[in-house]
Amino acid sequence: MTEPLIELSGVSKRFRFFQLEDVALRLEAGQILGFVGPNGAGKSTTIRILMGMIQADRGSVRVLGHAMPAEQAAAKRDIGYVAEDMRLYSGTTLAWHMDLVASIYPGWDPKYAELLLRRFNLHAAQPIKALSHGERVKATLLLALARRPRLLLLDEPTTGLDPVARHEILGELMDVVRDDRRGILFSSHNTQDVEQISDQITFIDRGRIIDASEKEQFLDRWRRLSLDVPPGATPPSFPGVVGVSASGRIAVVTTRAYSAELEAAYAAAGMKVHDVQRMTLEEIFVANVMSNRREEER
Amino acid sequence: MHSLLISHADPRPMYLQIMEQIRHRIAVGDWPAGQELPSIRALAADLQVSVITIKRAYLELERDGVIVTRQGKGSFVSDTADLSTRLRRVELDTHLDAAAAIGRQLGMSAEELAARLRQILREKDGHDR
Repeated sequence: MTEPLIELSGVSKRFRFFQLEDVALRLEAGQILGFVGPNGAGKSTTIRILMGMIQADRGSVRVLGHAMPAEQAAAKRDIGYVAEDMRLYSGTTLAWHMDLVASIYPGWDPKYAELLLRRFNLHAAQPIKALSHGERVKATLLLALARRPRLLLLDEPTTGLDPVARHEILGELMDVVRDDRRGILFSSHNTQDVEQISDQITFIDRGRIIDASEKEQFLDRWRRLSLDVPPGATPPSFPGVVGVSASGRIAVVTTRAYSAELEAAYAAAGMKVHDVQRMTLEEIFVANVMSNRREEER
Repeated sequence: MHSLLISHADPRPMYLQIMEQIRHRIAVGDWPAGQELPSIRALAADLQVSVITIKRAYLELERDGVIVTRQGKGSFVSDTADLSTRLRRVELDTHLDAAAAIGRQLGMSAEELAARLRQILREKDGHDR
């Protein structure tokens, strides 16, 4: 058994207007973890804690087997980190940056870097100043990918990109996990990207982890049931039901724990289940956040 | 090349789409008994779909007896006798199921539906001759 690439538990960090509370994350080798949350939920802060850029007030942070931030120098040799607010030196070219990164990291693979230039449709001689937003994102990803680090920490890598650029980037990320010793954590609020390539998904909202599981389990367990209810009746809330909305004789029940037994329970309560729908990750995410907030406010 | 496709416009989950396409490849004889399937990670990278989704599709195909996985060697099309015939029957039943559902919506009796099928068969025979 290889050790997890990321093991974070009980992590709290207090800021003046925001706090992370009891955050836990785990990423096994060979997997992609989608870290999903609304703006301001704490995704970037958590990733910065993983990078050793911020020290947690409490909790344990281990990345590639190293305690962070104490052993960050050793860990960072094998981490590729890309964030939206990352700056490149504007008076230089992409080639200059490639040389710089190659001189620092022995793992730099010049052939792969050339291949990525072609795949991303970038030119090494291009001045940084002349790059579009999408090209800049692809350039920073290239600089991280061509080092072939074991762990990639990507903060919103596909935000603000056109569909073609997103497709190219997702393809490169999937290429990374052909090697089952490597892994990726990427944060996003683009649930379609997350649904497509993640093995594990963790939802964060208002500084707390609100749900975490294998992707297939999320997609399997969350369902919407359409019920025909007798006049005057309201559907009972069985375990796992996160929302009931009724209008006339039709009620829609959202559950996070779908099973055939749940259908049978409603049938036994005199309510005909006339449709069971799967939900997209986006719908699951929104329902999850909303039910969690309702509970918090209670 | 495997030439499998994932559609995001398809309401069925991705693992089911993959299962169905693999079954179809085997049913039409493109992938004969004993043929090696792409590795889970290679297929995941080619389709740009998570490893766990491909793993699930392979596991369920194995459970259905369509493929066999040998530890450390890979996954292969099962050499159960008549697998391709069996899979074509499964496909036929899926289409008949759908036809029966539409027939019911149209208020057709079993006899009317059967008569319609016989008529289509006669027309087809006419064309083939």
